[in-house]
Parts: sequence; C-alpha cells; structure tokens
Amino acid sequence: MSVTVRIPTPLRSATGGVSEVVCAGATVREMMDDLERQHPGIKERICDADGSIRRFVNVFVGDEDIRFLDGANTSLDDGVSVSIIPAVAGG
Amino acid sequence: MGAVVGLRCRECGRGYAVEPIHVCEWCFAPLEVVFDFDEIRRTISRESIAAGPRSMWRYAALLPGDAEKRVDLGAGFTPLVPAPRLGAELGLHDLWLKNDTANPTHSFKDRVVSVALTVARGFGFTTVACASTGNLANSVAAHAAAAGLRAVVFIPNDLEKGKVVATAIYDPTLVAVEGSYDDVNRLCSEIAGAYEWAFVNVNVRPYYAEGSKTLAFEIVEQLGWEPPDHVIAPIASGSLMTKIKRGLDELATVGLIDGHDARISGAQADGCSPVAVAFRNGEEHVRPVKAATIAKSLAIGNPADGFYALKVARETGGSIDSVSDPEIVDGIRLLARTEGIFTETAGGVTIATLAKLAAQGKVRPDERVVALITGDGLKTIEAVEGAVAPSMTIPANLEAFAANLQEGA
Repeated sequence: MSVTVRIPTPLRSATGGVSEVVCAGATVREMMDDLERQHPGIKERICDADGSIRRFVNVFVGDEDIRFLDGANTSLDDGVSVSIIPAVAGG
Repeated sequence: MGAVVGLRCRECGRGYAVEPIHVCEWCFAPLEVVFDFDEIRRTISRESIAAGPRSMWRYAALLPGDAEKRVDLGAGFTPLVPAPRLGAELGLHDLWLKNDTANPTHSFKDRVVSVALTVARGFGFTTVACASTGNLANSVAAHAAAAGLRAVVFIPNDLEKGKVVATAIYDPTLVAVEGSYDDVNRLCSEIAGAYEWAFVNVNVRPYYAEGSKTLAFEIVEQLGWEPPDHVIAPIASGSLMTKIKRGLDELATVGLIDGHDARISGAQADGCSPVAVAFRNGEEHVRPVKAATIAKSLAIGNPADGFYALKVARETGGSIDSVSDPEIVDGIRLLARTEGIFTETAGGVTIATLAKLAAQGKVRPDERVVALITGDGLKTIEAVEGAVAPSMTIPANLEAFAANLQEGA
C-alpha cells in the first residue's frame, strides 16, 4: 500500500524541505512509522510520547478527518492522499 | 511592532521572532504574541487611554502593530448599554450588553481585522486573505479596500445572502467553496503554505487574535474601570473567550485595575456544540463535529481554541452550554423586543444561552453580567424572516386601520 503524505510548511524542516512524501502502510499508524523511517525525528513532532496524534494536529485521509474515521487505525487505500494540517482559528 | 517582543508557543513555551508564523514548529501548538509588560506599565494610564481616539486603538499600547501602518475604519469603542428590560425577563438585576453590531462592518471581527491588516502591512504583504463564516469576510474585504490591499476571501458556498453581498461589494476576489467552513479552513491552511499572502486567521493569527482583547478593555473602562462579575460570549473557534480572559488579566498586569474575579461563560448552537458537549461531559478534549445550525457564523465543527475555551470556563467558574435553532430565533426576538438591538444568529445564541444559564442559577441574579452582542441582525435576515411579519396589511384609509386595530392587531 503506497500513499502520498502532504507535509505542511511548519513540518518541512523535518523533511529537508520536501512537501510530499510517498509512504507505505495499511493504516495511518503504519504510515506514520514509515514516515519516521524516511525522516527520523518527524514522528515526535506529530505524535505525543504515547504515540497518539497531538491535540493540535489534524490528519485527513482524502477529504475526511481521521477523527471521524478510525483515528490512527484508519485504513488507507492504495494511492490515497494524506494531509497533515495544523489547527486553524475561526472566522 | 508596538510593544510585541516575540512569539511563544502556548504549549511548550518555545520562543520565536516576530514573523508571520502561527504554529510551533516543534509541537504544532498555536503561537501567541509576547509583550514587554514592564515597558507598557511604565507608560500606560487611565488618562493616557482617555486621551486616545474613541476607537479600539485607544489601547494601542496593548496591541500589535505600528501606528504608521494602521488600517483603521473606526472599529471599537462600541456602546455598552444597561439592559434592564431584558434583565427583568431573565431575572438578572444588573445586565449589560456590549453592542458590537455598531462596528464599521457590523461585527466584532473589525477589531481583529484592524490589527491583522495593520500587522500584515507592517510585514510588507500586499495581499490579505481569510477563511470565513461571513463576518470576517465582510471585514477583511472592507478594510483591504480602504487600505488599497488586494483581498482574497474564502467562504462556504451556503452562506447567508447578506454576508455574501456585504463582502462582494468591496470587490475582493471572493471564492465560494463547495463545503463546510471546516472544509474551507482546511483548504486555506494548504493555500497559505503555497502563496505569499497574509492569511489573517492562519499565518498572522497570533496578532489577529489580540484584537479581541479590546472588548474586555472597553467593558472595564466603560464600567468606570470596574471589571464585571460575569461575561458571556459566543463560541466559534473559542478564541474570543480566551481573549476576554486575557484582556482582563492584562489590565491587572499593567496596573490599570487591581485584579478581577470575572467568570467567563460560552454559548454554542446545539447543531455545532463540540465545546459545550465537552464541558457538560467533563472532558478535557474537544471532539470535532459536522456542523448543522442556522448560526452559521458559529458553525466551526473543529474549533482550534476549543481546548482553551474549556479551560477558561473551568478556571473562572463559568459555564458553557448550547441552545436549539428555535431557541436562537427566540433569543434574537427577545433581545430586539426588550432592548431595541437586532442581532444576528450568534447574538441569538448568546442571549438564549444566557437565559438558560440564568434559569439554572449558573448566572446569578445579582451578578454584574455583560453579554457580547457580536454581529448585526441584518446580516442573517433568513433566520427570522419566517418568524416576523407586518401586523396588518390594509387599504390606505382610516376605517380599515381602525377596524384592523380593534381586531387586536
């Protein structure tokens, strides 16, 4: 299973400036682990020490927030796009 | 940048320079501005404020932005009026209304936008942008027009007509997005990474949000430098509630008041009540929802500052509750009928929630309460047009009028 992960500007210091990373994984959790293998240090920026996604990080699979799906256990279809997005204030 | 000396992460405390950035690179938490309060305390006084303009910029010492870059349509210093007739209906003996419908584009958003565009100009941006549920769109488009800045405004495509027209009239690039506000917001956070624009609620958000403090400053000054006992505000992203608290705290920090014990409560619509639900359930985290309410200006299902709004309510002894769409309409009508102020749906949410909290004893009868009326009813006519109508329609003669009046109209 291969997915494209879109990296937001504040995280690009952890990917050497790259804005998209192709990762392997059947779930969001596995994808995170592969992202960490490719760019060591990025996971602790997105996840707390216990591995759960930080409060201020929104992860979308396609157009859906994973909190409306199965969280870190959300399954990934081949070729899907995953976005990591910081929380934004209102309007 | 005024008295701003830097930015700081609200969670991990890492420091950053004064730049157009909004999240901590380390932990993704929001950044906030850091002031040199020692310096401010040395120069600020009730007299220096009274000598300033009759606008929010009388508190310039406590706001980001340089005076020579100021973008100002005259926002702020709106009326604070006693509300005895509404108070009598709700059983509250000392109720006041902060009437922010009186702002240049008829909502409190003019406060944050005036700061955001001043700062954006200071950073050298020539294009300003926002994701908006309507009020912010109106305000960004108007302020950008007056400042000669290009505006790109993103809104959900189902907004009230008044909010769409009252944005488009200023001739921005107005982008109606097929989706909810949360969809628009997500799109904008990605666009903000790709274009060199000042997104008022994205990359200049730490500065923008400071503008809301002026509501707290004005309330205290207008009450004769006495802090209120209780403030009730609507919750969309949750930022307003946190900035009311911050504003009251800062007045004490710089020595303009001795301190305060104000309780701060929040109001949401049942159809978008993630913060109220978390409050009721005693949860620390806010679970996002799909919004569905007539209070579109509050329809943020994933409120960025929801966590902090919860904290403010709990720390100050306030409450957060929510009301149904029919209760919102009733709230709008009650405020209009008793105090002569026509508010948009967000104000209906605030008044209906205030009524609920007062009935439950959570807002106490003898407290000095201030309710924030954040936007004008003419913006959301759709919400009430089915509920009110002419009392009679008659031919133009005296007999017809007298006959209809006798029928109890």
